[in-house]
Amino acid sequence: MRWLTNFLFSSIGQKVVMSLTGLFLISFLVAHLSGNLQLLIDDGGQQFNQYAKFMTSNPLIKFISFGLYAGILLHAMQGLYIWINNKAARGGKGYAKKVTRAVGTNATAASNMAWWGILILIFLIIHMGDFWFAMKFGGSLEMLTYEGYDEPVKDLFTKVEATFNNPIFVIFYVLAMLGLAAHLLHGFQSAFQSLGLNHPKYTPLIKGIGTFIAVVIPLLFAIIPIFMYFGIYPLSSFLH
Amino acid sequence: MRLTLKVWREGGKYVGQFVDYKVDNISTDMSFLEMLDVLNEQLIQEKETPIAFEHDCREGICGTCSMVINGQPHGPMKSTTTCQLHMRSFNDGDVIYIEPFRAKAFPVIRDLVVNRDSFDRIIQAGGYVSVNTGQAQDANAIPIEKDTSSQAFDAATCIGCGACVAACPNASAMLFTSAKVSHLATMPQGKVEARKRAQSMVKQMDAEGFGKCSNVTACEAECPKGISVTNIAKLNREYMGSVFGSDKVM
Ligand code: HEM
Ligand code: SF4
Ligand code: FES
Repeated sequence: MRWLTNFLFSSIGQKVVMSLTGLFLISFLVAHLSGNLQLLIDDGGQQFNQYAKFMTSNPLIKFISFGLYAGILLHAMQGLYIWINNKAARGGKGYAKKVTRAVGTNATAASNMAWWGILILIFLIIHMGDFWFAMKFGGSLEMLTYEGYDEPVKDLFTKVEATFNNPIFVIFYVLAMLGLAAHLLHGFQSAFQSLGLNHPKYTPLIKGIGTFIAVVIPLLFAIIPIFMYFGIYPLSSFLH
Repeated sequence: MRLTLKVWREGGKYVGQFVDYKVDNISTDMSFLEMLDVLNEQLIQEKETPIAFEHDCREGICGTCSMVINGQPHGPMKSTTTCQLHMRSFNDGDVIYIEPFRAKAFPVIRDLVVNRDSFDRIIQAGGYVSVNTGQAQDANAIPIEKDTSSQAFDAATCIGCGACVAACPNASAMLFTSAKVSHLATMPQGKVEARKRAQSMVKQMDAEGFGKCSNVTACEAECPKGISVTNIAKLNREYMGSVFGSDKVM
């Protein structure tokens, strides 16, 4: 297996790992977003609470979520490691004056990937501490039994609602989503380039999709705390 | 034109610092290097050590005239080396910062001169085709489609100047290395050793301490020969092919 470790430790192999974990995390973002939009349903949180119960008890989902934790850890640790290494490759001295131009990507988004990543990481720690930990281990959530269902479920909705009553949290969430937008704006198409997938016909399409998801995913995530803060619940349930 | 120059000086009595110089009567038709020649004449008359900078061809083909001008390797003009940059790109009264290329793998020798042996070692590691000596082959013995040869030629125009490394926030040498790998892998003569080459050149590039590629594309933006980052994608493909598509354990 020497050939494989040689590859994984090479500069190109390290970037291949970043791109594969990054694309995997994007697929998670899409799933997580479609689940969380249920917070904006005007049913007092029933559908969201039942969904949260399903997500924390289904064995297949539990299995996949371990892959996800590993993916985030690997992506974040390797990203920070690469970043520190790259700074060292500069040789310690910067330029007194520096202009960074880019071709076909956004120079500011691209040259600050680690900073966006660190913002996302801080966000993830606070976000998981608030909701994920409360759902998994916290005894502070109230148990509710909905009509027509036997099993009681934890009332995560009320906890989310209370959190987003605090404008500081709302602003923090929106800022973190701006960081995510910048990370994805460069990251999505960059992942394909790292995998060697560059093509005169398809690369423009990939860049278009990248810009689209970099705007739409963070935007939809960001409107959840904003709408909940103002008490706007525009969706209706398809369950009951 | 009258200009203020802030030039990085290192070596001799200078520990590594910017020194301010004023030059006057600069013609807009002068090249940037000729402007520096004027300054150096002035310094010699004042019994000062002239500024060390590299130059050879002064016609944009040798790649030695490395320096960062106002934050851009080879200055503000697109696809142009320092020697081909003319003073008409500047205005009377401008303040111009002149710094050496900065990268751990390009240590400063003196003032604006850096050591780029690391690039030579990357080429030595595999930037060639092995050809048996003997009779020269007939020129058209191997048919090559025009598009293919043009593509290879575009990559082959790299002059090894190192501006890509200087421009990159990670000091990555991927554009340089990829230009050579992709130039040779595109041609039938180079395909023979393509896998071995991708392995050995990337290995040497990593050993020299260059950074990893974040696909910022600052390299392409500053490259005096306009080498495209599509070559980097090709290097990534070639390298992965050499790992996963080969039965050799490398
Ligand atoms: C949901 C979360 C995240 C997603 C979807 C994501 C996605 C991506 C993608 C697609 C790339 C491009 C890979 C490439 O250029 O080949 C990338 C690069 C990067 N990510 Fe993330 N990322 C996330 C979180 C993080 C976190 C938490 C960190 C670290 C603290 C981080 C640090 C980085 C760094 C440093 C790079 C650039 C690596 C380089 O090009 O040198 N990311 N990310
Ligand atoms: S790729 Fe461009 S910038 Fe880099 S060494 Fe070659 S000619 Fe110079
Ligand atoms: S001196 Fe040869 S390229 Fe500038």
